Amino acid sequence: MSIHPGTASERRAPDTYTETGAKKRRRSPTRVNPALYLFPLPAVAIIAFFLVMPTLQAFQYAITDWNGFSAAFNYVGLDNFIRAFTKDSLFTNALTNNLKFVLLVVIAQTAFSLILALLLTKNSRGSILLRALFFFPTILSSVSVAFIWKFIYDPNFGLANAALGTVGLDALQGSYLGNNAQALYWVAVTQVWFHAGQMMVVYIAGLQSIPRELYEAAEMDGAGKWQQFKSITWPFVAPATSIVVAYTTVQSFKAFDLILGIAGNPPKSSLDILSTRIYSTFANSEFGYAAAQSIIFMAMIALVTWLQRRLLRLTPKGE
Amino acid sequence: MLASITRRGILAIYAVIIIVPLTVVGFGSFKSTQELFAGPFTLPQSPSPANYAEVIGGQDLGSSFWNSVIVTAVSVPLTLFLASLAGYAVSRLKGFISWAIFGFLVLGMAIPAQANMVPLYVLFGRLGLLDNLTGLILANVVSTLPIAVFILGGFMRTLPRELYEASSIDGTGPWRTYVSIALPLSAPSIAAAAIFLFVIHWNELLYPLLFIQSPGNRTLPLALLSFQGEFQTNYPLLFAGVILASLPVVVAYIFLQRYFVAGITAGASKG
Repeated sequence: MSIHPGTASERRAPDTYTETGAKKRRRSPTRVNPALYLFPLPAVAIIAFFLVMPTLQAFQYAITDWNGFSAAFNYVGLDNFIRAFTKDSLFTNALTNNLKFVLLVVIAQTAFSLILALLLTKNSRGSILLRALFFFPTILSSVSVAFIWKFIYDPNFGLANAALGTVGLDALQGSYLGNNAQALYWVAVTQVWFHAGQMMVVYIAGLQSIPRELYEAAEMDGAGKWQQFKSITWPFVAPATSIVVAYTTVQSFKAFDLILGIAGNPPKSSLDILSTRIYSTFANSEFGYAAAQSIIFMAMIALVTWLQRRLLRLTPKGE
Repeated sequence: MLASITRRGILAIYAVIIIVPLTVVGFGSFKSTQELFAGPFTLPQSPSPANYAEVIGGQDLGSSFWNSVIVTAVSVPLTLFLASLAGYAVSRLKGFISWAIFGFLVLGMAIPAQANMVPLYVLFGRLGLLDNLTGLILANVVSTLPIAVFILGGFMRTLPRELYEASSIDGTGPWRTYVSIALPLSAPSIAAAAIFLFVIHWNELLYPLLFIQSPGNRTLPLALLSFQGEFQTNYPLLFAGVILASLPVVVAYIFLQRYFVAGITAGASKG
């Protein structure tokens, strides 16, 4: 790591020249070995063939009525897109659910992971232990988390109602996922439990990089805790916030595994989101229509991410 | 004073919300349904491995376990290998070509796997990659290669060029430099990426759900998902499945915790 650049190049230049002769250009002591171009080839070929090409094909399928099996299909123009937005209440329902879910999770998870991070910023032994605990759910599979929470929410035998009963709060007992008006909110709670610890770690890294002198100076000026948070902490963790918000958005758009695990396949309509809807359309052999839905799905992720950047004005400082 | 109590209160409550359900799952996997429902928080009266025997033998979770092991054991190193090759080249090439290769590979992070399922299914069908583990491995590699290139390539770019250059004076070819200099020096980022990939590949559900038909070719998450319909409220059985599916990751987490946090966070902050 500590080789001095000056000495290295002084040593190198004459060597290169004498060893390889005049056919190598002198002005480029770090000549590129042509074999180096072979190294990224496998990765590039795989990505081109299995990722880029299928994505482009999705656009092609999206304007057909192909069912996936027969050789014959018709080009239907934008009919699939029109159908999705105007004639298919299943799709618009999934879209609404998904946007609601993203909004809920982004707000709750960002706020909660920041609170946890603020409480655990210091590297004390207790903090380190609690961080490890809070991070833990992130490593489980979505299906496992879904099963755990299915039991918590079970209206008859579940943990939530049992715990409420034990402390005498029977009045608060509910049917959770069974209540169609609330089901999505309860899954949002599960999603936050699942990933808040992961986002907490991102925030802790951001918080620990804030120079402590700033707080000391603010304290001397008589600034209260809230004032300090507003004028020091929040602006300084802006890069972390933009990471957390962007990642949580994509993560909650794709909560496919969690929804299927908790609600079954296919999920009931109050828990249907875009990815589960695309899967159902696909499983129903409507390949062309499913491809069109996929494109809307990608566009939605891009749109929401863009909107957030505009609204929050979280221009990352240190990136 | 009040702040300190509030702080402790919030932390304690959240710790309980994490610990209690996990404990209930652990205890519950050794209970009968009746016992679980009668007292979810209590220790099992007479711990019985019956649920485990049932999911491993009766429900064939054993073979799904091995399928998951095979898929993960191949797809993690393969992704790391391809990504480190590309990352290494990007760190040594210069100018537009280096930037273009890196950009092309990393752009894939913007394409969610779920948006690609129809064309990928069609393509895999034509290539005979449906309903076998090879297809799952390939799908895992494809979906995580962009982020792996991002993590490894990003790290390798920070390695001092002089190290590479010193070895090329000795007439060492790029392969030797890759093996003997780039890889060892990138060990921390490779470890972090390996953990990140391990968790993702081990828990992957979408591709098995799309591609696998035969019960014998299921991976754990897919086998587990199929329980959801079959054993609606047989929670002890579901719990035994959850424990088996989580065990490898949990054991790894206990011993390699630091890398987990680094790896999964690197994936998050760069994804």
